[in-house]
Amino acid sequence: MDSYDVPESTPSASSRPEDYFVGATPLQKRLESIRKQTSFIPTPPRRKVPQCSQLQEDVDPQKVAFLLHKQWTLYSLTPLYKFSYSNLKEYSRLLNAFIVAEKQKGLAVEVGEDFNIKVIFSTLLGMKGTQRDPEAFLVQRLILSPRLECSGTILAYCNLCLLGSSDPSTLAFQVAGTTGACHHTRILSKSQLPSENREGKVLWTGWFCCIFGDSLLETVSEDFTCLPLFLANGAESNTAIIGTWFQKTFDCYFSPLTINAFNLSWMAAMWTACKVDHYVATTEFLWSVPCSPQSLDISYAIHPEDAKALWDSIHKTPGEVTQEEVDLFMDCLYSHFHRHFKIHLSATRLVRVSTSVASAHTDGKIKILCHKYLIGVLAYLTELAVFQIE
Amino acid sequence: MSPQKRVKNVKAQNRISQGSNSFQTTLSAWKVKQGPSNSKNISKHGQNNPVGDYEHADDQAEDALQMAVEYFEKGPVKTSQNKDKTLEKHLKTVENVAWKNGLASEEIDVLLNIALSGKFGNAVNTRILKCMIPATVISQDSVVKAVSWLCVDKCSGSTKVLFYRWLVAMFDFIDRKEQINLLYGFFFASLQDDALCPYVCHLLYLLTKKENGEIENGKLILFQGMQPHLQALLSLYKFFAPALISVSLPVRKKIYFKNSENLWKMALLAVKQRNQGPSPEPLKLMLGPANVRPLKRKWNSLSIIPVLNSSSYTKEYGKKEVSLSDCLNRSGSFPLEQLKSFPQLLQNIHCLELPSQMGSVLNNSLLLHYINCVRDEPVLLRFYYWLSQTLQEECIWYKVNNYEHGKEFTNFLDTIIRAECFLQEGFYSCEAFLYKSLPLWDGLCCRSQFLQLVSWIPFSSFSEVKPLLFDHLAQLFFTSTIYFKCSVLQSLKELLQNWLLWLSMDIHMKPVTNSPLETTLGGSMNSVSKLIHYVGWLSTTAMRLESNSTFLLHFILDFYEKVCDIYINYNLPLVVLFPPGIFYSALLSLDTSILNQLCFIMHRYRKNLTAAKKNELVQKTKSEFNFSSKTYQEFNHYLTSMVGCLWTSKPFGKGIYIDPEILEKTGVTEYKNSLNVIHHPSFLSYAVSFLMLQTLPREREGNREKGKKWSWYLDYLFSQGLQGLKLFIRSSVHHSSVPRAEGINYNNQY
Repeated sequence: MDSYDVPESTPSASSRPEDYFVGATPLQKRLESIRKQTSFIPTPPRRKVPQCSQLQEDVDPQKVAFLLHKQWTLYSLTPLYKFSYSNLKEYSRLLNAFIVAEKQKGLAVEVGEDFNIKVIFSTLLGMKGTQRDPEAFLVQRLILSPRLECSGTILAYCNLCLLGSSDPSTLAFQVAGTTGACHHTRILSKSQLPSENREGKVLWTGWFCCIFGDSLLETVSEDFTCLPLFLANGAESNTAIIGTWFQKTFDCYFSPLTINAFNLSWMAAMWTACKVDHYVATTEFLWSVPCSPQSLDISYAIHPEDAKALWDSIHKTPGEVTQEEVDLFMDCLYSHFHRHFKIHLSATRLVRVSTSVASAHTDGKIKILCHKYLIGVLAYLTELAVFQIE
Repeated sequence: MSPQKRVKNVKAQNRISQGSNSFQTTLSAWKVKQGPSNSKNISKHGQNNPVGDYEHADDQAEDALQMAVEYFEKGPVKTSQNKDKTLEKHLKTVENVAWKNGLASEEIDVLLNIALSGKFGNAVNTRILKCMIPATVISQDSVVKAVSWLCVDKCSGSTKVLFYRWLVAMFDFIDRKEQINLLYGFFFASLQDDALCPYVCHLLYLLTKKENGEIENGKLILFQGMQPHLQALLSLYKFFAPALISVSLPVRKKIYFKNSENLWKMALLAVKQRNQGPSPEPLKLMLGPANVRPLKRKWNSLSIIPVLNSSSYTKEYGKKEVSLSDCLNRSGSFPLEQLKSFPQLLQNIHCLELPSQMGSVLNNSLLLHYINCVRDEPVLLRFYYWLSQTLQEECIWYKVNNYEHGKEFTNFLDTIIRAECFLQEGFYSCEAFLYKSLPLWDGLCCRSQFLQLVSWIPFSSFSEVKPLLFDHLAQLFFTSTIYFKCSVLQSLKELLQNWLLWLSMDIHMKPVTNSPLETTLGGSMNSVSKLIHYVGWLSTTAMRLESNSTFLLHFILDFYEKVCDIYINYNLPLVVLFPPGIFYSALLSLDTSILNQLCFIMHRYRKNLTAAKKNELVQKTKSEFNFSSKTYQEFNHYLTSMVGCLWTSKPFGKGIYIDPEILEKTGVTEYKNSLNVIHHPSFLSYAVSFLMLQTLPREREGNREKGKKWSWYLDYLFSQGLQGLKLFIRSSVHHSSVPRAEGINYNNQY
């Protein structure tokens, strides 16, 4: 086949490709960035190892603790149009009415009426990577017992979940024993809920955040609020209703954020690289072998200290993780496994990674365990979400 | 008020009501009218058919009617013995006139008053109400008075129902509605009456406008219910005040209102005909199934494209306390749901409410117009995000083995392409989608849609797009069937055309010197020429792969038919010739139409180059965009070899040169003649039929004879529809004793 060469021909005028975008609109700039993204390797070859305490100082430790140890389903979200932090109360009224209307089709619902269902919006102060990142916020759907006054429930609730442990490190320690058990009881569905209970029960929680989302922020105007990462916990039907409301109101678009094997291995490497005082869980990998009639799962658990030792032997540049290091790390694991079981894991698909820092599933499920690295984990997820919406 | 004013015509009615007369004044006016001379006057002016006989009859009817009205106004005479008889007679009179010609608004005013005041019995009231058919219009005041009678509660429930039905049916004929609107609260309160509810709902539905206030929040909850009439009203409130009411309508669409009109169906038609002029359109709302979500396929949407809704939500959030009346009072913006026609769009373009979900514009051609001209960054960005995400979500080859929604995706792409064709403009989202999805595309599914999307890529630098798009496309191109190759060439032709159109529009719309494009015209031209060269390269290689398929060559020449005319058709300074691989395959092709097409293209090239040459000579000033001599040389080279082959029978001397020794080795003795017009293999069938026609004996002919026959044959070919050949021969070959090619001179200084 001929090699294609551009003939030096016709118009003798100088051609400067950058001239095409003189006075380019943001839309064209976006397209530019997409072109760059598509033409080069999708992810930069090196990233920072998540640093310990990147949380801003004014962050509410109670709320952070509330976000940990829960399984979140990930979604990417396009910028919200005309979203305003000063109207959160109004939003909760409207969303509340919307949910009730969805539940009882055909009946009109007056906005602002009292129901036994309550939606609460609240900001997660300080949950950001840089000052430019917009504030994260939390949406909760509670079910209240009829006799209860609904105001102030959320605070009571938050206090409850801490169970007297204000020190995050001891919290992590406590969890080691009763992994998540006490936490799970808090997320009750309607059927499980004893109606005599006077507390408001959280049926569904979702939060929006943007950690180091600079690349996205640059390309949109001030009418938009960029919160590319959305995490939901609760029944899918609730996510659907609330998501629909957001889409209708702020003209945004939710799409499920899945994590491919490539990104999972990055997560594995980065999270192994984190220094954790108390390992609360073993480092575990799950591979899936698509074979009939039933698919086969291979679970591979490593003592976290061994994994860390392996990583340290590979790791060269301090504070950074490179693509070669990630590849080498995974290769070491593969060859070790092959030596013992004669199975080439590289031929299978990595489905889940769980470490003491966090665990992630390829379907877009994540559970963050370590308070210290919360921001680090979220920064990487934000990066993935931004990549998906661009 | 002078009696002359009470003529039965619309204008007069309007004037009266505009004067906002009170009950008293109209009544007194009515009383003045009672003289017989006056009544005659009225009938003469008011009658539509001025034929004498009828006039007289009508006069009588008019008198009778007046007597009847008078009778009703006085009330039943208790002592009268033949009371029933008289009553019956007058009722009959009124009914007859009403159904025949309709009643004047004054008459309606009086009679309505009587019917609702309860002076007569229920049966009489019903009969009177049933014949309240206006000749042209009903005065607003009469309605207000009538409603005030309802408050007094003098009439029975059934009369009330009938009144509301009448009001709904005649709604369009009420001359003005401001006063009635003020009674909104009263009507609203009547909703509580179960019997009245359906009709009051309908009335409110007709009355409700944004300007309508007076609805208290708490009362809304009154009508929780599944009755269709309530739902209709609720949906209307929701439409005007979405920030206050949330309602999710059931799946099946029902008829929302009982038909109030059927009592008066014929009469209504008659009134409409009498009024002739366009009666004020009632507020019509689409309560279509679009608002309804039948299946929960995905939570994102039931159809891919969202439903059109005004974005009244976001605007209201700023306020602390929002009440329904505030929402309804909100004026100055034009809701999308009411946008039905292009003139409407033009009138309200400054105050149009944008849809809450920008994606919904895809189904609405009016809004596409709007989007196209508004150039508002947030609007475009919202649309961009929505479209990119939806394409990504729906794209079927992103998901392994998930071809269930293939049909849906195809339809979606079709919708997008329709919108792009409509706007004559590509969307950035689609371009981004192509970049992302092309490497994963199998070249099969949604092929025609996908390639059409390619042809709508907005104009941009070719060298930037090439690695993202064309390199991937080339891989598929070379490895796929000939049909795929043809469709790719087709879509590249359309892409070229779209780019050229865009560029030519843009250049001519911005003649200002300091526009950004002016400085980069050279760059744009360079990009286009790169695209053409790229297609040339694709075609050459494809011709080799497909062993010079005629079918493929057709598509390639189609492309060059666009290319050769750029200078003249689009007024852009660009002429790019085809590569030799294409030229010679076409010249030596066995297909007549190919050769004909080639001749046509050469002819057009010639036209374009001469035009360019002329312009250069005229302008004198050394322009940036003079073509290099190389283009002219190349063209002359092609022209020489073409004329050498077809005309002068010296095929391989000039132009394409083949060593005579090699030619001798082929064993073809008469190679020199074998490619001219007479012997060219592609004209073989024409030659045969030409000979069949000719009965001349084939004898030795002189040179002159030969020349004659030659031109006969040419004329025959031209008559067979080979226009390209005709144009080419006419323009490029001098008819003289020694035919020679006529190239274009070029100056070497370029």
